[in-house]
Amino acid sequence: MIKAIDISKKYGGNTVLSIANLEIPKGQCFGLVGNNGAGKTTFFNLLLDLIQPSTGHIILNDIQVDKNEDWKTFTGSFIDESFLIGYLTPEEYFYFVGELRGMNKADIDAFLLQFTDIFNDEILGAKKYLRDLSKGNQKKVGIIAAFIGNPEVIVLDEPFANLDPTTQIRLKQLLKNVVDNQEVTLLISSHDLGHVTEVCDRIVVLEKGEIVKDLSTSTETLQELETYFTV
Amino acid sequence: MITRFMSLEWKQFLRSSYWQKSIAINILMVFLGLYFITMFLALGVGLFPVLEKMYPDTDPFVQVNNFMFYWLLADLMMRFFLQKLPVMNVKPLLVLPLKKSKIVHYVLNKSASSFFNFLPLFAIVPFSLVLLFKDYQLVQVAVWACSMLVFTLIVNFLNFIIESKSSETEFAFLPIMLLVSGLLALNHFNVISFSGILADGINYIVATPWMVLVPVLLLVGVYWVNFKMLIGKLYIDGALKKGSKEVSTNDLAWTRKLGAIAPFLQLDLKLIWRNKRPRSTILMLVMSLFYGLIFYPNPTYQDMPAMLVFVGIFITGIFMINFGQFIPAWDSGYYNMLMSQNIKYKNYLDSKYKLMMASAVILFVLSIPYVYFGWDILLIHFAAMIYNIGVNTHVLLFGGSFNRKQIDLNKSAAFNYQGTGAVQWIIGFPLMALPILLFYISYKLINYEAGIATLIVLGVLGMVFHQKLMKVIVQCYKNKKYAMIAAFSQSN
Repeated sequence: MIKAIDISKKYGGNTVLSIANLEIPKGQCFGLVGNNGAGKTTFFNLLLDLIQPSTGHIILNDIQVDKNEDWKTFTGSFIDESFLIGYLTPEEYFYFVGELRGMNKADIDAFLLQFTDIFNDEILGAKKYLRDLSKGNQKKVGIIAAFIGNPEVIVLDEPFANLDPTTQIRLKQLLKNVVDNQEVTLLISSHDLGHVTEVCDRIVVLEKGEIVKDLSTSTETLQELETYFTV
Repeated sequence: MITRFMSLEWKQFLRSSYWQKSIAINILMVFLGLYFITMFLALGVGLFPVLEKMYPDTDPFVQVNNFMFYWLLADLMMRFFLQKLPVMNVKPLLVLPLKKSKIVHYVLNKSASSFFNFLPLFAIVPFSLVLLFKDYQLVQVAVWACSMLVFTLIVNFLNFIIESKSSETEFAFLPIMLLVSGLLALNHFNVISFSGILADGINYIVATPWMVLVPVLLLVGVYWVNFKMLIGKLYIDGALKKGSKEVSTNDLAWTRKLGAIAPFLQLDLKLIWRNKRPRSTILMLVMSLFYGLIFYPNPTYQDMPAMLVFVGIFITGIFMINFGQFIPAWDSGYYNMLMSQNIKYKNYLDSKYKLMMASAVILFVLSIPYVYFGWDILLIHFAAMIYNIGVNTHVLLFGGSFNRKQIDLNKSAAFNYQGTGAVQWIIGFPLMALPILLFYISYKLINYEAGIATLIVLGVLGMVFHQKLMKVIVQCYKNKKYAMIAAFSQSN
């Protein structure tokens, strides 16, 4: 589904990401971990064609992302707050994204019903603009919007950060359900080793832009990761 | 303690993103400042002889005091729109071991050192010198100058009281408008002659110098009110917070009829309506509709049709110039999201095009009353509208692909040069000067009608080749995508 071939990103003389070969098959739940500056967000930005690779390219479902834009029709993503439109209410934002993905108002209303418990009555009908919501609630809106339109690939950068414990648990459940559906390839990054090991089938550890570990999740994975990050 | 505050202030000044603006804007700001200073200096020096000439019967000094009421009102109005109490940057100080009263005193005293308070000095001091030169008594002149300074400071603090009271209402500028026009009306119809009372007061103070205590006490009073108001609100959910109201939504269902561009058009309309900066653009637009009144009644311009073309382009194009030159920087806050979404650049830009087109038509319709000054003016407006729609829209969209400055939507537009770069200055030329030039050439070579026809033909050509032009423009945006994303995600 996703192939990164010889991809690297340099700023000046500084290499922030360098991956010789990475393949993510369809239906996999892929977790990216690493300390600050390891290159997680850079990888996602390259995947979403928001920055230009210095070398190599990424292929999404046979489409090279920096050459052809068709991958956008089946990819949902949330990287950070710059994905939100501050002066819209959450509903309007969902409708806007829905419209871009060919879903009308009624579709979106029906779609949103399944997230009632995550929204916890603080988001829908709150009559507030996104810019006036708390960081956590903004994040919820962004994550849910990434699911709109049945995307085949979903990219979430640190989905658990800033969320309250209840929502973290609910989100974990939600992501697991998504993974159970073998049609969807999910890519997340996280600083919470517990969460990623619980959700993902495969975990890749980045350090200074390079892949240092590539693990299939098993019962020992969490232990192994904790040992690795204990310096 | 004060020295430490001062050093913070100095660093803020030196390190502010203000200086990282382009050189051109800094130079412009310096020129603006110098311009105002020169104007005030000229006023200070020239006022006495001018008044002597205009009102030979009255003492110019007394006459100045008669005008003082209007001066202070104008000062108040200007401050209301341009000056804000600098409270936002005390947030980090709140948790430090500092007395709140100290912070508030600091904020208030700092406001006293604003440019608005220094500006009048440039007029007051030379005027006082002229007075001395004309053999007025030193004590009187000194007392007068002091009380002017005190009055300026009173207006300074009064403005903050009005601002904080009116910021709670929906139309923040309404109270001050009502207050000022109310005072002016009462004065004008001689119900209460404020200008007379104020003039008598100042004359009395000058005659009996210890009475200067009255305005000083007044100043202490407004300062104290400000102090009380602020100290109670120095919480992050009080004065330091930007208001968040319950919002009403409108689904703008009528835009559906426009097909694929509907979602973007809705977004643009909400962008304009819900954010401070684009909204104040709309306010300026209403004011600039009256721009023609400066030119049309004046017979000297009637023989200069090129000048009238300028006014026509300006009036029917003011919205597209203000809005269009910052495409796509308006969307800079969420440009990443737009770029990773399933959108077509063409629809995105087309929506902006339609919006600018509609604005030109609406402004043309609104400017129809200018037909009072002659049919030829209506004709010029019509030609200017067609030219704006056909040519200037495309120029603006094309120029937008060079925009690299992000815009914070929540700052107001007056004197806000954020997002302004070299592009805006360069693009001004083809927007305004080119149509005037084209008109002028064909007007001189052939005749007036040919000039009008040139503009209309060019406009129509632009509309006919709209699709082709859009293709080129879209390609420009595509080529510059990464540069734009990188620039827009840099915060100031």
